Amino acid sequence: MDVASPRQVAAPPLTALRQKHLLGIADLSAEEILLVLDTAEAMKEVGQRTIKKVPTLRGRTVINLFFEPSTRTRTSFEIAEKRLSADTLNVAIASSSVVKGETLVDTAMNLEAMSPSMIVLRHASSGACHLLSRICKAAIVNAGDGMHEHPTQALLDAFTIRERKRRLTGLKVAIVGDLLHSRVLRSNVLLLTKLGAEVWVCAPATLIPAGMCQMGVRVTTRVDEAVEGADVIMMLRIQLERMQGAYFPSQREYFTTFGMTEQRVRRAKPDVIIMHPGPINRGVEIASEVADGSASVILDQVANGVAVRMAVLFLLAGGAAEGADGTEKVA
Amino acid sequence: MPVVMDAERISRALTRISHEIHEHNRGLSDVALVGVRSRGVPIAQRLADDLRRISGEDIQVGALDITLYRDDIMGAAAGVAPLVRKTEIPFSIDRRTIVLVDDVLYTGRTTRAALDALTDFGRPKAIQLVVLVDRGHRELPIKADFVGKNVPTSRQESVQVRLRELDGVDEVLLQGKD
Repeated sequence: MDVASPRQVAAPPLTALRQKHLLGIADLSAEEILLVLDTAEAMKEVGQRTIKKVPTLRGRTVINLFFEPSTRTRTSFEIAEKRLSADTLNVAIASSSVVKGETLVDTAMNLEAMSPSMIVLRHASSGACHLLSRICKAAIVNAGDGMHEHPTQALLDAFTIRERKRRLTGLKVAIVGDLLHSRVLRSNVLLLTKLGAEVWVCAPATLIPAGMCQMGVRVTTRVDEAVEGADVIMMLRIQLERMQGAYFPSQREYFTTFGMTEQRVRRAKPDVIIMHPGPINRGVEIASEVADGSASVILDQVANGVAVRMAVLFLLAGGAAEGADGTEKVA
Repeated sequence: MPVVMDAERISRALTRISHEIHEHNRGLSDVALVGVRSRGVPIAQRLADDLRRISGEDIQVGALDITLYRDDIMGAAAGVAPLVRKTEIPFSIDRRTIVLVDDVLYTGRTTRAALDALTDFGRPKAIQLVVLVDRGHRELPIKADFVGKNVPTSRQESVQVRLRELDGVDEVLLQGKD
């Protein structure tokens, strides 16, 4: 109805996500990514109030289904859900029917029968979230699936960068660490390249996945080259539990060649920020002085994670009400 | 499209409301204004300017986004939900008189949401409501304390407030069915 007026400016800004689930950054447009980040700004303000709670998701049930150990991501989602007044429940796999041999699909269908609005899923298999999104009416939020994606981590990283640098476009971002096993890497590379950052990735040749060059990033095995003039240094965890394949001779040698030390950080821009998705291995991928130094935004990332997850839950809840899901309306 | 208020008319209405706020509260020492995003904010800002001229006192102004408190948001179809923006109330509202400012009063649901949102920030001594236009059709027991203009409307019509700060022009339009 506003269209008739010549004064009205062009297209209205995007205010909802185009899909019902958040399975990966691959499915999001640059515009949708910015919508999540903008919404997260408002959510961050809620977290700074005395009463850190808004009634938005009242009466909605969110199930946190975590098949892999996680402290940060699970607590972060749970706090985000509670701040939006959703009813949350955590399914702890160690004490669930999964130990009795139930499959992922059966577990999901049984939970689904109790009409949750959303399921936040972490699973060791790549594609687990896509599988559930095809059989569940609830919206699926990927909290990390195998070596595939970890979209909310990339979104909170982008939020943290934008908060410090006011922009993402044109920044040099160096990502150093285990590229091979990292879902954080995949999500971050997809997001940062969509928003026009210049991304460099660096790892020992044994930890660089095939096809890395096709992702629109610069690949190097020399840390100094990756870090030179960088605005952002993003460290990835050396996943000690996956290091049985003799990817490098020893942790000590890895630290000597690839570890982020104060000396290496000096090659970057003076206002560089140091990021790490956690948990950090001190003295393996990152020196303690760097992790705890003034350039480190590692704890900001954790704090921002709650705001970004609130934004994701809010946007998915608003979008999903459109049609297909009879779940909420029947109840 | 009929113009129900032009720039001159809006300006005079806001000046009158400023005097009414001043008179009604017998001084402004504990009064603060909170505008409801988006168009309530510039209106609150203008009232604060007028009040400063009238009384010589500086009045604090906050901005309230009520999206997270709406009762219709989760039923809205995708794409219709409004963008959530930041609430900025950089002062304590405890034991103060808060004058809530919005552009149009219609069903009263926005005001209900704004009252809920304000309650999460503290316990004001009193909350008063200013609207530039009251178009009727209340669905909740809510009434404005200060009104710029009462505009009788039908539910099929829509009232559009345009403000210099956001739209480049000051006017209130009444749009018909089509």
